[in-house]
Parts: sequence; C-alpha cells; structure tokens
Amino acid sequence: MKEHYLTTPLNDEAVAALRAGDRVYLTGYVYTARDSAHQRMFELLSEGKPLPFDIVGQVIYYVGPAPAKPGRVIGSAGPTTSGRMDKFTPALLAAGLKGMIGKGLRSREVKEAIKTYKAVYMAAVGGAGALIARSIREVELVAWEDLGTEAVRRLRVENFPAIVVNDIYGADAYEEGTAKYRTIELP
Amino acid sequence: MREVNVSEISETIARLSQEANYFLPEDVLAALQSGRQAEESATGQAILDEILENQQIARTEQAPICQDTGLAVVFIDIGQDVHLVGGDLREAVNEGVRKGYTEGYLRKSVVFPPVRGKNTNDNTPAILHLNIVPGDKIHIVVAPKGGGSENMSALKMMVPADGLDGVRRFVLETVSKGGSNPCPPVIVGVGIGGNFEHVAYLAKKALLRPVGQYNALPEIADLEKELLGKINQLGIGPMGLGGKVTALWCAVEVAPRHIASFPVAVNIQCHAARHKEAVI
Repeated sequence: MKEHYLTTPLNDEAVAALRAGDRVYLTGYVYTARDSAHQRMFELLSEGKPLPFDIVGQVIYYVGPAPAKPGRVIGSAGPTTSGRMDKFTPALLAAGLKGMIGKGLRSREVKEAIKTYKAVYMAAVGGAGALIARSIREVELVAWEDLGTEAVRRLRVENFPAIVVNDIYGADAYEEGTAKYRTIELP
Repeated sequence: MREVNVSEISETIARLSQEANYFLPEDVLAALQSGRQAEESATGQAILDEILENQQIARTEQAPICQDTGLAVVFIDIGQDVHLVGGDLREAVNEGVRKGYTEGYLRKSVVFPPVRGKNTNDNTPAILHLNIVPGDKIHIVVAPKGGGSENMSALKMMVPADGLDGVRRFVLETVSKGGSNPCPPVIVGVGIGGNFEHVAYLAKKALLRPVGQYNALPEIADLEKELLGKINQLGIGPMGLGGKVTALWCAVEVAPRHIASFPVAVNIQCHAARHKEAVI
C-alpha cells in the first residue's frame, strides 16, 4: 500500500502516479457537492453557462456536513454514497474535474470517463465523520446557500485521508479487494 | 390510569436523538473491536482502526459519529394504562426531534414533498411506530437511520416453494449488490413472514436487537449463524475494500404469513448502528 501526499489542484502527472488501493493524504482545497448541487452544475453545463467555481484540476468531495458547533469550522463530515452522482459525473470530468472523494461503487460510464479524462476516484472512510472533520481547517460558502447542507463549499484541508479506488489504468480497488477475500460463490 | 404529559415524551426524544448520534452502543463497539481482531486485510484493519477512533472522538466531543444523522425512526410502546395529557402525541414526538436535532447540531436530512422538495430544516417528521402494550409505562427507542445503508435494503414477495434457500439467496444477493455503498461492516436485519408492509417492519425491528443475542427460536438462531457466516465469505470487507469482516451481525425476525405468500425483507444497517432507549 503506497502512500502519497498530494496538494490540490491535481494535474495529469500527479493522477498518473496513483494506483487503486494506494493511500492518499490531500492538502489544499476541495469543493463539496452532492445530489442537488450536481443536478444544478449539470444543468449549467448543459446550458453552456459557467460553473460557480473553476473546476479545472479540482477535487470534489461528496459530503453534506453536520452543522458546526460553536468554535468549530465544520461538524462531522464523512463521505456520502458516490453512485448517486454518476449520472452527472462524466460531464464534470469532461469540464476538467480531476478528483472525486466519496464512498461506494461507480458506474461503468464513470470508470471509463476517469480513464478518458485522466482523473481519480478516492474513498474516504464512511461513518468516520468526526475523525475526518479534524483534517478540515477552513470552510467558505461558494454557491447555493439555499441547499443547506448540500450547498457548494470550499474546504481547506490538511492531510485529508483517502484511498484510491478507481485509477486511470482502469483498476478498481473494490473489485480487487473483494475478489481476494471471497470464499463463496455469488448466489 | 397513570397520567403522563406529552412534553415529557418530547424531552426524552430530544435527549435520545442526541445521545444516539454521539454514543455508539456498547454491543456495537464490542463487535467492531472483535471484528478488528478477526480482520486479515491490512486495509481493512486500518479502516476499522479509523472507525474505532472516530467513535471515540464522537463520544468525547459529543459530535455526531456520522454526518448523516439520519431520519429519526422512533418506536414507542405505550402501556394501555397510560393517559397522555398536554397535547398531540405525534406533534410531541416531532417536537422532540426538532429540539434534539437543532440543539444537538445534528444534520437536517428531510425533504418534502419527496419530488423536488425542500428541506424541512428541523429533520421532522419522524418515522413513528406506535404500539399499545399492557402496563403503565412508555418505552421509547430513537434509531437514527442513514440514507446510504437504507438505500441498499430490499424486499421481495417470494412464494412458499422458495423456502429457506430462497431466503439465503436473497440475503446474500442484497448484501453483495450493496458492496461498499452501505458502509460495511454492516448489521443485517432480516424479516420473514407477515405481509408486504409488516415484513419491512420486522427487518427494521431486527436491527434493534442487541448484537450477540440470537432469536429465541432455535431454527431461526441457526439461520442467523449460517447467514452471518456466509455474508462474511463474500469478501466485501470494511468499506468494501476487501476483507473477512463484511457484517458484524445478522438478526432475523419472523411472523406468521399467508399460505400463499413468503415475504422477505433485508434492512441493511451501517456500522454506525445507532439507537438509544428510555422508559417513562
């Protein structure tokens, strides 16, 4: 299990060094977006309008954080299930998105787009929201405050922990890991 | 008749909503610790360490274990000798959720109407299961349920000829299809029997049984052991990245059924298996 300390935004070279199963610690900025924000970004792209932030080289974190307690920048902030964003993801990758952090399976179309546009899909540990919040240092609203927890926010992170799931070479850490430990035929 | 003011129910639900989200139950914690011992995958071990560290941080800081603080699922067993005063019970339950989620800095995850809806901004309404029982006590369970694991749950109207083999296949298929999505290691709640709506309730109810406590019916206890063993042979592992520990527990609840029907429901619960109870 190789470890990488990466700074955002990401470029082709950084992404090419990542292999499914590697550990990643991200420092820099990541943007939050989940179901409703993806719907809106997708509509903007379809209409040829600009996104609320420059997406080239950026990383999107699929998260809807809990409210911050007084004195904190954010509440618990673990990943949500990525598959719900699959429908919108290839268009964002085509627009320059380089990295995604979430949890769970991606569609065949997304995995193909990850190869085509040289990007990376990483998983953070689902249900470890209190731990992950410790690596988030600053939070700034970028767009769509009306979406509440689903608004787009810019997070400054330090050594944000993640694991590479889908790399540009077509590998899938879920499939590989499961195949290694499976001792029963699927029903 | 014993009189109970519904405001006491609101206060209790507000407290339970917060405690459930901050403090992982001891039985689930113990199961995670033994899962850590049993796990052979290095990635799986590292993930279980993070999950264990996370629940400790949540406990110490009184922060939500998971940012998805769930739909508030509330089970209330009311003794038939209780006379409720001071207002509408259902409104009192929602008032408790509203207060607990707002004052506890818990996430508000409810939208209405379900299509193109708006956030209700206070996590109401709760899903309320009311039951009238003998006695003069009120037993309340608050079980916040996240969307990620709920989405991987399934219900099937099988036929009696499908039998136990059908149950095994459906449970394994459902867990397998969910893969990494429901945040494994999971707890698997299974309902068998009843009818369409009752079987889903049985599966949900199974999730409330303490980890380690088998069904009182020996043949169902055997099924629970067998299913847990087979689920853990699927190889999904912690967060789906491969390993021996896919499920911490599998509980099965059963009910009488129609001669023509064989309903089976599988309710998947993530490792943040939160529930907290109180008696008034």
